[in-house]
Amino acid sequence: MVSAAERAAEVARQVRDPEMPMLTLADLGVLRDVEVRGGEEVVVSITPTYTGCPAMATMRDDLVHRLRAAGFDRVEVRIVLDPPWTSDWITERGRAALREAGLSAPGPAPRRTGPIPLTLGPARSAPACPRCGSAATRLTSEFGATACKALYRCTGCQEPFEHVKEI
Amino acid sequence: MNDEYAGDSSQWAFGTGFEDPLAGVDTTVPPGVDPAELAAYCLMLGDDALVMAQRLSEWCSRAPDLEEDIALANMALDLLGQARLLLSRAAAADPGVVPALPEGSPVPAEDALAFFRDAERFRNVRLAEVENGDFAHVVVRLLLFSVARLALLERLRASPDQVLAAVAAKGVKEITYHRDWAGRWFLTLAQGTEESRRRLEAALDALWPYQAELVAPHTGFGVDPATLRDEVDVVLDQVLAVSGVERPDRPPLSGTGRDGAHTAALASLLAEMQVVARAHPSGRW
Repeated sequence: MVSAAERAAEVARQVRDPEMPMLTLADLGVLRDVEVRGGEEVVVSITPTYTGCPAMATMRDDLVHRLRAAGFDRVEVRIVLDPPWTSDWITERGRAALREAGLSAPGPAPRRTGPIPLTLGPARSAPACPRCGSAATRLTSEFGATACKALYRCTGCQEPFEHVKEI
Repeated sequence: MNDEYAGDSSQWAFGTGFEDPLAGVDTTVPPGVDPAELAAYCLMLGDDALVMAQRLSEWCSRAPDLEEDIALANMALDLLGQARLLLSRAAAADPGVVPALPEGSPVPAEDALAFFRDAERFRNVRLAEVENGDFAHVVVRLLLFSVARLALLERLRASPDQVLAAVAAKGVKEITYHRDWAGRWFLTLAQGTEESRRRLEAALDALWPYQAELVAPHTGFGVDPATLRDEVDVVLDQVLAVSGVERPDRPPLSGTGRDGAHTAALASLLAEMQVVARAHPSGRW
């Protein structure tokens, strides 16, 4: 017999990111907690990737919608701000799914102590091309179609690709 | 679209209800913190972000190329997100800051603060509100703004208010990208053509009198921006030195947007930003 808590967690873990649907919210590291209170009320905690992420409302709606469809009538979605989301929370399965979809997965997020240095040159190491594996890639822009992605171009195969930023 | 996701209609089921950006977050004011002072501080930082976001979003479809258009829109979105959290935090700390609306109004506190205050009740620096100019102008504005904001948010990560500390910790990651973008473009324009350099220097000269306001003293709750002056100067001097551009010799403007003394540009910005909300004060969005 599967408990209500396990069932609710399983349903929540299946919900996909609205902007990068190759990832579940769990793989993206956005789903922080699923709790069942009194056997029927589900409290789901999610954290934004970026402060202005416009997908938060859709994530909330999708979670409520899926959990209700699974028989949980009372669903509350809470926002967790602390600790802030880091790209290090993207799971191995999530990284594999990104690569499969032609996106480059983030490297380790910077862990800084002391003042943050200004970077006037292309100091961040360039990711390898997710299509051909070439290390000869160039940054086009550190801002992409969603807040969490940067744009690169492979000078090997000439294809542009998106890279999930390290934060 | 991949077939695997095509049948999943929930992906597109946008809700119409209001989403509280602080839903479930503990907004209790910590002991020893004056709620009105905390609210005033959050309002100041929230208004900076909101007005900057509005000016940046005016760049949509006007940047020199698609990538920079996307970059400016991304930065506007980050700042809008920070504004929502900070205005919500201000309202939760001291509901007295929220403009009174007719009973039964569905307008949430953050929207009441954004759309139902007149210019003199905004606490943003005037650097954020001046009208957009050319591309060099937005580069200089973002450089001056993000150098000071990053220094402040870095310090606010240790704020006794847990909500402000969390907003700052997140914001630091975002503003780091904004500051790098502005610094790189500053260098590029300085070392580009005679014309790009002329425009950059003109923008720097025009905006420099607004810079001091970012590091003007603030008493009460929070990190006093005046304590960051040296740190801010070091970063600005670094960019100026690498670019070979002289620090302008222009005195700061008198008065401050922090006290509600704004330029005429803020009133016209707000007229556009607020017109729909004010025309339909009981509308649901």
